[in-house]
Amino acid sequence: MLHLPLFLIFGLICVAGAINLLVQKHPINSALSLVVVMASLAVEYLLLGAEFVAAVQVIVYAGAVMVLFVFTIMLLNAGEEEHTKGSRVALLLGVPGIAIGGVLVSWTVLRHSNTAPVPIGALPGPPKDVALLLFHDFLLPFEITSVLILIAIMGAVVLASRPEAIVRRLRRGEPAQKAQKPEKRELAVVGKER
Amino acid sequence: MGNLSNVPLSYYLVLSGILFACGVLGFLIKRNIITVFMSIELMLNGVNLSFVAFAAHWHHLSGQIFVFFVMVVAAAEAAVGLAIIIAVYRTRETLNVDQVNLLKL
Repeated sequence: MLHLPLFLIFGLICVAGAINLLVQKHPINSALSLVVVMASLAVEYLLLGAEFVAAVQVIVYAGAVMVLFVFTIMLLNAGEEEHTKGSRVALLLGVPGIAIGGVLVSWTVLRHSNTAPVPIGALPGPPKDVALLLFHDFLLPFEITSVLILIAIMGAVVLASRPEAIVRRLRRGEPAQKAQKPEKRELAVVGKER
Repeated sequence: MGNLSNVPLSYYLVLSGILFACGVLGFLIKRNIITVFMSIELMLNGVNLSFVAFAAHWHHLSGQIFVFFVMVVAAAEAAVGLAIIIAVYRTRETLNVDQVNLLKL
């Protein structure tokens, strides 16, 4: 069938993107190759029959999370990374170590698996079944994730905001707010006149 | 419907292992703190692929539910982590992890 060629093509794109992420010097290039990796992983999920996961992968990962990354890179004006002595040691030790580890894992998996094909049609994969599972068996964890997201957003706002700016605003206190309110009224009046 | 696909499970696991290894390697050799963070996302993606592959192999959707939760946690982690990176950049004006060697400036 068509599945093996598709798997191979998008698997190769995936690995090429991952290696490109390592090779590129500038973080924006790394971020864009990570988008390639995530998009081709979404195709792999589709091949496995996981439609819901593929859609979430594109929307959340390739969309939202990567936009955050690119936004941060642009905001901080990140340039090319400079190498130090420690990074060269990590390069010398890390590349062979990870290569050996990856080959070992691949060899073990290929040797000790029964290499049974993954049947796709037999899996109840459509989003409806996922939703049934998510809102019945996993309802409590699902609700807890909403609390987690809320706390994460509040934490991000607190961490990313400048503390001195908040303090200044607090010290200014009432007069600053009173001074702002008439401006808004004036603007509203001007708007009505027009 | 049975054997529509002829891709063995081990191929998916090998791809997932390669992605995870690339993530670990990036975590080790990259010096830019944002790229290090992206390597962590790459590792999470590799694990997600093995989750989905096992879910398809064992005909059990729990794997996909776990991928969903991993994605939620990764999104929360990205938001908080990038905020921390912005805070670090504000106090030190560098993104190099080798120069961030003190907890407090």
